[in-house]
Amino acid sequence: MAWASPRTVVWPGLFVLTWLLATFGRGWLEAAGLGWAMQYPDAWVIPLKDSISAAMKWLVEEASFGLFTFTEFTRGISWLIEQPYNLARALLAEGFVQGHGRRAVQIVPPVSWIAVTAGVVALGHYARDWLLATIVGAAFLYLAVFGQWESAMVTLASVLIAVPIGVAGGLLLGITAYRHRSFERLLKPVLDLMQTIPIFAYLVPILFMFGFGPVSALVATVIYAMPPMVRITTMALHAVDPEIRDFGVMSGCTRRQMTWRVLVPSARASLMVGVNQVIMLSLNMVIIASMIGAGGLGFDVLSALRRLNIGGGFEAGIAIVILAVAIDRLSQAFAARATTFTPPPKGDTWIKRHPRSVIVLAILLASYAVGLFLPAVQTYPDTATLTTGRFWDNGVKYLNINFYDQFEAVKLFFLQGFLLPVKRFFLGIPWPWAIAMVTAIGWTFGGWKLALMNLLMAGFIAATGMWEKAMITVYLCGTSVVIASIIGIPLGILAAVNERAGRIIGVLIDTLQTLPSFVYLIPVVMLFRIGDFTAMLAIVLYALVPAVRYAAHGVRSVSPELIEAGVISGCTRRQLLTRIRLPLALPEILLGLNQTIMLALSMLVITALVGTRDLGQEVYIALTKADTGRGLVAGFAIAFIAIIADRVITASARSARIRYGLESANG
Amino acid sequence: MTNPAKLSCKALWKVYGGSDQAKGHIFGAEIFPPGEEVLQGFGMIGAVKHAFLEIAEGEIFVIMGLSGSGKSTLVRLLAGLIKPSFGEIYLDGKDLLKMSERELIELRRHKMGMVFQHFALLPHLTVLQNVAFPLTIQGQAKAAAQTRALEVIELVGLKGRESYFPRELSGGQQQRVGIARSLAVKPEIWFLDEPFSALDPLIRREMQDEFLRLQGMLKKTIVFITHDFDEAIRLADRIAIMKDGRIIQVATPEELVLNPADDYVQEFTRHVPRDKVLSVGAVMEKGAAGEGSGIPVKAKIAEVAADVIAAGKPLKVIDDTGQPVGAIDAQRVIDVLVRNEA
Repeated sequence: MAWASPRTVVWPGLFVLTWLLATFGRGWLEAAGLGWAMQYPDAWVIPLKDSISAAMKWLVEEASFGLFTFTEFTRGISWLIEQPYNLARALLAEGFVQGHGRRAVQIVPPVSWIAVTAGVVALGHYARDWLLATIVGAAFLYLAVFGQWESAMVTLASVLIAVPIGVAGGLLLGITAYRHRSFERLLKPVLDLMQTIPIFAYLVPILFMFGFGPVSALVATVIYAMPPMVRITTMALHAVDPEIRDFGVMSGCTRRQMTWRVLVPSARASLMVGVNQVIMLSLNMVIIASMIGAGGLGFDVLSALRRLNIGGGFEAGIAIVILAVAIDRLSQAFAARATTFTPPPKGDTWIKRHPRSVIVLAILLASYAVGLFLPAVQTYPDTATLTTGRFWDNGVKYLNINFYDQFEAVKLFFLQGFLLPVKRFFLGIPWPWAIAMVTAIGWTFGGWKLALMNLLMAGFIAATGMWEKAMITVYLCGTSVVIASIIGIPLGILAAVNERAGRIIGVLIDTLQTLPSFVYLIPVVMLFRIGDFTAMLAIVLYALVPAVRYAAHGVRSVSPELIEAGVISGCTRRQLLTRIRLPLALPEILLGLNQTIMLALSMLVITALVGTRDLGQEVYIALTKADTGRGLVAGFAIAFIAIIADRVITASARSARIRYGLESANG
Repeated sequence: MTNPAKLSCKALWKVYGGSDQAKGHIFGAEIFPPGEEVLQGFGMIGAVKHAFLEIAEGEIFVIMGLSGSGKSTLVRLLAGLIKPSFGEIYLDGKDLLKMSERELIELRRHKMGMVFQHFALLPHLTVLQNVAFPLTIQGQAKAAAQTRALEVIELVGLKGRESYFPRELSGGQQQRVGIARSLAVKPEIWFLDEPFSALDPLIRREMQDEFLRLQGMLKKTIVFITHDFDEAIRLADRIAIMKDGRIIQVATPEELVLNPADDYVQEFTRHVPRDKVLSVGAVMEKGAAGEGSGIPVKAKIAEVAADVIAAGKPLKVIDDTGQPVGAIDAQRVIDVLVRNEA
């Protein structure tokens, strides 16, 4: 690397040494009686997971706040969340019933599919126009016609409950952080950690506290979806024009008036972006949380994957995608609407001023009434549903029969030529040496603080006996990130340089980003079955987006003056790219790499479902056994890998920016 | 000034940086007021240094300075938006800095209005709601607030646009909304922080006329901030010129042109249209006799130039009571006009 001239000798040397150690080290070390350096001795493992499990057990079984016990406390929260959830679920999916189990009798049916569809069409029209109304209407019709209605409504009910809680909680925390600097400082590391700890890891303690069922799933969803709202709220409030704040003071606003009548409404546009994020993350998490009893579309995918029911998995997967796209477009339209002037509704009566609400209400009542005689109006008739299951079954069967050899060849090629050597390399490095290297890298890029942090975090992983699984994690994540970058960065550059390609890639990226991570598993499992290669493909697909996006943004934001200077100096197009655009876009590309790693790590845990042997699997096993300590320790290990990667890359991006004078050294 | 001071400040300081201990030290008795070297020695930057002002009731007081001169900080100190490091601020003889938060809120709700450079309109409210906002904040009934808001909207000439949103208006119209909003509570003190700087020159001129028209009707006590010397000359009863946090000179436009305190001030006055600034009294020959029905001593040269030159002989100048105080001839007027060209 050009900027590290004295290091140009040191680092390749160290790398060669590492490689030699990884390849031949085992023999040498064992000969020298230092076998413990290859395999972290069991006797040295700190039994942290047992302590955590014991603490959890104490918390649930014995802890008490005096007036009430911890368990009563969690039950109370459960009850609070359950009430609105049961209502939403009854309204959309199951109807109101009396009695339990088989003796249950439906008193009032759920809202008919016709009325729900009419409702979203009205929302689409209200939020933007007839085009959007048609799109969301078609999406919901698809769910009905293709037999996904009930599962989709269960998922929707969860989202409808999780989103308001996530938004309100995020808003309040964000406002508090904005008001109190000390609270912000306290909150920031917690948010950082929450975003890097894989979701499965906190599913375990939640499961332990709230039990298997929709409430656990909702709690997990809210915890997962809230951090971006907190961040966006604080950021948006800080970004409010200081003049507007001054105006608020000069009008004699009290603190409360200042917050709720001046700052929050002024920041509405940015806050709506946060709301959209919460919605998409909630949807993503509700799907994942089907594992702990959220039910709905995620459960359908999961059970289909377990039974290798190709068609069923695809159908439910597509339904997730369609639901996600519909909700995303709808919420984005609402976000944009907040800043557009709409003429006040005309008419003097409530009915005239709210034509949409009246029509939807009428359809709702009519469908209830007609539904009593014509069940098809109430529930979309099973006989009229179309199924694409067989189509997908046959398609995959056809591919697997006719192209089996080709698929196997690709898989083998990657496995033997790329994945396995890298895996051997990482597993071959003696752990003390690896820790030393991570520390050295930290020291080079970020000084002693980063070095110490890397040392402690890598040490934690070794000391808790997670080393081998952590190395598999690093290998799987690393190879995926490399491939995602090889594909993503050139795509991003192409998107920035060529406008037409840019538009197509933009649409592609936007769509990829709306898909819940779960969905990526379906096609790759169908074609390549389970294993490291499949996991890698799913991770690459999921982690591709930031690589493309940041590369495109970096190349685009190079100052046009510099490009002109290059043109005047007689640069060819290729020279413009390699000499000016790419070097200047490097910091931005590095940040994209950072995001790619984060997404790869979060996807990694989900790929544990397809049989990897890394930390993700450890978390997944802990989840099935409800072993809190095991799950949390593995979760922390993943978070630490993420944090080390994040800090090192951020530090190197910063040093690159300083070199180009884009940021001052002491800033 | 004959009027009592409505708003005044004494030895007002705002410094950034430096420890609290250092601040206590430099605002202690021995070295007060501290010089530049002292501030620098303690690692402090002074945004406003040792400001004394007395602003009279009903006067348009302009604070003029280039960017970084501390004028915005000074107005924010006077308006109570930021706390000074040292000094006193009096409004109607009451110490602003000794008031409780509650008293300050009451004061702002009823006695102060402020217009901002970038308008500071709330983007989610209509024109009507924006103007009514300070009233609703006080808890006034919706109907009463709306009636008053409509009144001031009409006053600034925006009738018919009540239900528009700020971003649907031009810059000039947005600032009219800002002005209407600041007037809605009938403030006694009206702060205007570079209100016309974000507007293009033609609109700026129009808005200045509008401002003078409004002040002619309302007679508020005004603190007006600008970086534009011509604007200051055009609008001010008195001007305070600031540089590097210090007030260099406080004077009427005429005094500034006649007796600039230093080269810095003189540099600004060089391109001022002198005929519009200088009054007959400053140019006439005192005590001399002249003819005619009498020219008011306070009239600007530009207003009387044509008459004096056409007369071809010295004309009598009279004061407010009609007593002759001197005479003015064509030559003196021409001198003013010619120096104008230079």
